[in-house]
Amino acid sequence: MAGTKAARPAAAAGSPGPVDGVDGVRSDAAFQIELLRKMLLIRRFEEKAAQMYGLKKIGGFCHLYIGQEAVAVGAISALDLSRDYTVAAYRDHGYALACGMEPGPLMAELFGKATGVSKGKGGSMHFFDAGRHMFGGNGIVGAQIPVATGVALKIRYRKEKGVVLCWFGDGAIHQGSFHESLNMAKIWNLPVIYICENNQYGMGTDFRRVSSVTDFAVMGSSYGIPGSQVNGMDVVEVHREVSAAAKRAREESTPVFLEVLTYRYRGHSMSDPAKYRTPEELESYKKQDPILIQRARMSEAGIFSDADFAELDAEFKTLCDNAVAFAEESPEPDPSALYEDVYA
Amino acid sequence: MSVITFREALRAAIDEEMARDDSVLILGEEVGQYNGAYKVSQGLLEKYGPERVIDTPISEEGFTGIGVGAAMAGLRPIVEWMTLNFSLQAIDQVFSNASKIRYMSGGQFSMPIVFRGPNGPAEYLGSQHSQALQSIYAHVPGLKVVAPSNPADAKGLLKASIRDDNPVVFLEAEMMYSWKGEVPDGEHVIPLGAADVKRPGADVTLVGFSKPLRMVLEAAELLAGQGIDAEVIDLRTIRPLDEASIYASVRKTNRCVIVDEAWPFASVGSHVAWLVSKNCFDDLDAAVELVSGEDVPMPYNHALEIAAQPSVEKIVDAVKRVLYA
Repeated sequence: MAGTKAARPAAAAGSPGPVDGVDGVRSDAAFQIELLRKMLLIRRFEEKAAQMYGLKKIGGFCHLYIGQEAVAVGAISALDLSRDYTVAAYRDHGYALACGMEPGPLMAELFGKATGVSKGKGGSMHFFDAGRHMFGGNGIVGAQIPVATGVALKIRYRKEKGVVLCWFGDGAIHQGSFHESLNMAKIWNLPVIYICENNQYGMGTDFRRVSSVTDFAVMGSSYGIPGSQVNGMDVVEVHREVSAAAKRAREESTPVFLEVLTYRYRGHSMSDPAKYRTPEELESYKKQDPILIQRARMSEAGIFSDADFAELDAEFKTLCDNAVAFAEESPEPDPSALYEDVYA
Repeated sequence: MSVITFREALRAAIDEEMARDDSVLILGEEVGQYNGAYKVSQGLLEKYGPERVIDTPISEEGFTGIGVGAAMAGLRPIVEWMTLNFSLQAIDQVFSNASKIRYMSGGQFSMPIVFRGPNGPAEYLGSQHSQALQSIYAHVPGLKVVAPSNPADAKGLLKASIRDDNPVVFLEAEMMYSWKGEVPDGEHVIPLGAADVKRPGADVTLVGFSKPLRMVLEAAELLAGQGIDAEVIDLRTIRPLDEASIYASVRKTNRCVIVDEAWPFASVGSHVAWLVSKNCFDDLDAAVELVSGEDVPMPYNHALEIAAQPSVEKIVDAVKRVLYA
């Protein structure tokens, strides 16, 4: 089986295809550049986080999003965060940046500083931004799925126009919380988009070893929620599919299920050397890297040169250096913060 | 003031709060069409409709977590657990999400949600349906735990719980639903975190809460007939715990008996006994006594299940021990 791993449909190399514009999907050059910018920001932020972890500036669990950038960026760019919401699991740095959270306070959170987005009391797994409707950063596998469904209940109860993006991985799809939530979302017609971000490994376990089905797109079917598979290495495809899903959830007030096929380059967390997979498999995915794909597409369209990329890269390296400097210079939480925010 | 049952008092609290604030809704198994497994929510579906009185499937983790998400997003849900025994299916949502999201987000989110239902043994329900789980919920910082002992307190405390911006676990009991008592009409809100002296006395302090408080009061009456003047403190709220009221009483009586129907190991009762022993050490004339449930799963046989619970006799015996009588 190991030899066939790299042959997942989503992983199949090929032309990224043209940029189109359906269902209000944005495809203009400025937007294309914005998608690339967001992905590159996440990549550079995560690389910097890994470096800081190595220097012991960051402790505990730290789950990096490298390789999966197209998923968060493509999907969240389909939202209007003044009315829509995102509820994520613990590999949450990418969603936070895609929602527009600033690298400085995010890095400060990783450093445990008072200026962190959660005042240094959340850490890597608990990024929150109430104003941007980013509802975590949740550390228990699958436990955020009912929470996201509850946010959608509020939207429906208040007759608002929003939708909720509910994120989880292939490891969470066998939790009861997933199944219970889909059932209730369907019977109550809740506008929530369930996104199974299948990076193929639940920690160190190949999802094919622990699932009765390997096509997760069918997992919503027994609750009357049709699903489809999306190539998560292509940010434009993710944006297009999630835009369509959001339109449907919004207009029909219905849950939607997407399996987005992706791959993480790093281990599950910083302590995981990822010995359960082959170097060849990893290399095959790096050849269809989401940033490479988008860069090639934009280059072909004549809207982005190598020089533009170099400039962008330099900008984000500086931005991430500045985020580290901000985190370094920020104060530790005051000891009195220990007892703050336990209760209202 | 009307004489109504404990269940009617709870219903009045929910009804009044739903009328007062359209962000209050109730969800759980059988709360709507069936009018509530114990008829607490009777008539609410008819009055407020299915958008606010929501029948759920038997999916405790799911609907509890849905309540948590709705609370994070600004509603004030009341999640009814048919019994606290079933809440164990949902406990991760309470422990890992409801109690922690305010803290781990640096205070960005409120969590105005009430989890309520019957707790502790009733009759003939066997091991899995007779658990008193207050110790588990009281263990968790970020949660409030409320346990009224009579209809008036049930109404006033539930109204306060619904208005509270923290997650509240609200403990009732099957046997209490038909208890009657005088309950103030309309606005009657009892602040959380305040114990109540249910009977003043000079010789010994009896501390209790929820259903067993009735037998504590009976024991106090019995003791009065024997010339022993017991003061009865009803905690009403387990968390936050009104330590000051307990200590003030013990410093007056110099003797203390705690009554908690849960198992004795690491319980609310054992914790209060430790607090009193530590903080009233110089005032105590006897070691603090704890009358708890027996340290066994609940048996079905009625004589055995009665034997497994606190009783008036056990409380009187404990009082005699602290009085060396």
